[in-house]
Amino acid sequence: MANVKLTIDGKTVEAPANTLLIEAARRAGIEIPAFCYYEGLALQAACRMCLVEVEKAPKLMTACTLPVAEGMVVRTNTPQVAQARKSMLEFVLTNHPLDCPVCDKGGECELQDMVFRYGAGESRFLEVKQHVDEREWSPVVFYDRPRCILCFRCVRICAEGMGVAALGVVNRGASSEIAPNRGDHLECDECGMCIDICPVGALTSGTYRYRTRPWEMQHVGTICTHCADGCKTTLGIRNNRIHRGNNRDRSGVNGEFLCIKGRYAGDFAHHEERLLTPLVRSQDGFKPVSWAEAIKTVAGRFAEIRQRGGKFGVIGSNHTTNEENYYLQKLARTGLGTNNIDHHRTGDVLSLLRARVPLATTADLYHSKAVLIVGVDLAQQHSFLAYQIRANWRHHQARVYTVRRGPVREDKIAARIVSVEPGGELAGVETLRDDLAKEPELVILFGDAIQGEAVARLTEFGSSLGIPVKYVCLVDYSNSRGAVEMGVLPAEGGMTLPEMMAAGDLDALWVVGANPLRRHALAGKPFLVVQDLFLTETAQAADVVLPAASAYEKSGTVTNVCGEVQRLQKAFETPGTKTDLEIFGLIAREMGLDLKQLGPWTPSAVFAEIARTVPGYDLPVEVLEAGGAVQAGPSDGLPDAVWAPVQSAGDTLFTSGTLGRYSKMLNAVREAPGELYRA
Amino acid sequence: MTFSPELEAKFEKLLKSYPPGRQRSAVVPMLLYAQDELGSVTGELVEEVARRTGITPLEVNEVVSYYSMLSRQPRGKYHIQICTNISCLLTGGEELWEHACRKLGIGNKEVTPDGQFSLEEVECIGACSWAPALQVNYEFHHHMTPEKLDRLIDNLRKAV
Ligand code: SF4
Ligand code: SF4
Ligand code: SF4
Ligand code: FES
Ligand code: FES
Repeated sequence: MANVKLTIDGKTVEAPANTLLIEAARRAGIEIPAFCYYEGLALQAACRMCLVEVEKAPKLMTACTLPVAEGMVVRTNTPQVAQARKSMLEFVLTNHPLDCPVCDKGGECELQDMVFRYGAGESRFLEVKQHVDEREWSPVVFYDRPRCILCFRCVRICAEGMGVAALGVVNRGASSEIAPNRGDHLECDECGMCIDICPVGALTSGTYRYRTRPWEMQHVGTICTHCADGCKTTLGIRNNRIHRGNNRDRSGVNGEFLCIKGRYAGDFAHHEERLLTPLVRSQDGFKPVSWAEAIKTVAGRFAEIRQRGGKFGVIGSNHTTNEENYYLQKLARTGLGTNNIDHHRTGDVLSLLRARVPLATTADLYHSKAVLIVGVDLAQQHSFLAYQIRANWRHHQARVYTVRRGPVREDKIAARIVSVEPGGELAGVETLRDDLAKEPELVILFGDAIQGEAVARLTEFGSSLGIPVKYVCLVDYSNSRGAVEMGVLPAEGGMTLPEMMAAGDLDALWVVGANPLRRHALAGKPFLVVQDLFLTETAQAADVVLPAASAYEKSGTVTNVCGEVQRLQKAFETPGTKTDLEIFGLIAREMGLDLKQLGPWTPSAVFAEIARTVPGYDLPVEVLEAGGAVQAGPSDGLPDAVWAPVQSAGDTLFTSGTLGRYSKMLNAVREAPGELYRA
Repeated sequence: MTFSPELEAKFEKLLKSYPPGRQRSAVVPMLLYAQDELGSVTGELVEEVARRTGITPLEVNEVVSYYSMLSRQPRGKYHIQICTNISCLLTGGEELWEHACRKLGIGNKEVTPDGQFSLEEVECIGACSWAPALQVNYEFHHHMTPEKLDRLIDNLRKAV
């Protein structure tokens, strides 16, 4: 679009025609205050904080709705504008309680900032303030009407951003208020987007409210450890406790988006049943032992089994870091001399990597002109990816196609919907051929309905369209993708996870951050070592249980569903636990393995080795260290790895494997556990 | 939820009066007509209008709570709205209002125990030239006095 020239406060500014004045000013470094205006959401023009003088206009204009025009002369710093701002604030404060000293938002409140800057410290209103008691709409969302300034950001982010539309505005004038969709309570995603976007403390969260103040916490930006989408969450830490998660600085691939898990389900880390001491099985059950003794027991048995040429099995995790995954498979292969290593495969990444087709980034989902979603309830299982696609549809009118077994939220924005029976997904995709071939480009996302041969057929279909196509293979959990790429898979001759469970002749089974006994029976009586946060079904059957640190308590990198590598930052410590990487190193050392060959067990040293040896992982460390995301380069398709069927964990918005079972917030919301493909 | 055949016919016509996808435009008239039939805007009605217009019950509630002509509380068979805005105030609207309250023994937005009358104090009803004015359901009554009001209510009582 052609640029226009205008003058703001005497400064010549150039901006594309149709840019809103408020945005043009911002880009020129001139701040026009705003409450209701919010980048990316529909215009509201409700708060009148953005009033400015525009030459030849008879009265002050709202900069948030006014497109720039050639020759426009704008003044944002005149006494008249200052007076308008002050008056608007005075108006907003008529019923505002001014309870900043106890309000959650105090210290990071937009209203507080504005009042400091533009005055209206004294009110001319003598009327008694209208008081309404706080309301609990759900375990997540609380509403304090007197603090609400009616900017409607919450209403818009819920309807437009989330596609949920659970909030509305009822009544009129001074008695207007925000209302939840079920009269006195909410039934929604419980994502907390409305809470964090609220400029004041009118919406507060069950997790954070009245616990601490913003300036008393340390703010640590790390990666959410729940699903595979890889959202950056900034944890508010005080006294070794997570008090909240948010992403108000919009860093990370997810901008300000987070679902309930990234914001409020970090509470699993503080659950009373968290394992804090190693356990060794004795005649009468588990006996707590010191770390030294536990490591000695494990290493002793491992060394003995190794010596007599016994049989090992190793099951890795979907949550541990790339460094841990890499080190574990190396330790298994070189230290234990076994090729029996696998993890719970939740999506057929292996087949996709082998197809050697372009892979989409999370940003591609926001920019691609067309998106095809195959066999998955995206809003439930990949909340962030669904958010990206919804935003793409809103902002760029992307065409969305769904091929699914039952109604999904994406249907609402779909250009075409194809209903299929289980197994009919590929045939369903085929019916879209003519429409898709007309698109300029396409991103295809597929779940576990497409695996093995079907992945090859899907990518052939994509290639035959004659347009650029990129792919996303949907996997569950924070580092499934990394588990595959780091080689937590058997090479030819090695056993897969189901094979290990059924073997019956293993001498030792080492399970790291996984709970295979929930889905499979274990044949035989191997020496069972489990590293986990909780006494899962598998841990209960173990001979030795080693309490592991969670992702929020360690450093390292993880790879999200789109292959984007990001860095974890250790946010706090849970005394008694150790990171899986440290546990591996301690066992290796105690076993007397060749440590020169295994290398040091620090995340940075292991990552350096990954960069050297894993195709696609020679990534700019500086970017990762600065908190950025980099998509891994083309993989070699792991030519040695053995393919095996995959199965999604089937988690919803309110479940998250083992971690979800120990998140009180996820279990407290009335929508839990939620369901997929709601009919 | 079903309504009288007349109302159903009205709804059908209303829903067809707007282009496809704009059926929400019919929300206000649908609610008004249905309120006349049901005596109030019930929760069930809100759900039904939402369903028929393709919006959420919350969105219908936004409308219901915004407009004072729509009421969640049941009203009397005769809903008397008395204006106490400027023109009427200057010509005795306030006295009229107080008189009505005494006579019926009810206050603002209340209903007589027999369900016949309800009262509401309203802002300008656009009848300033004939102030003080009041409205009984959709009928206007001009140049009102307490005596005329007595007669009006007594007559309505007889009609009951
Ligand atoms: S929102 Fe909270 S912090 Fe901000 S001015 Fe109101 S009471 Fe104070
Ligand atoms: S928590 Fe999320 S889904 Fe629920 S009302 Fe707020 S924005 Fe909407
Ligand atoms: S609750 Fe917060 S975001 Fe919602 S309208 Fe009120 S002030 Fe704005
Ligand atoms: S920001 Fe312009 S009216 Fe609110
Ligand atoms: S002021 Fe009463 S009708 Fe206008």
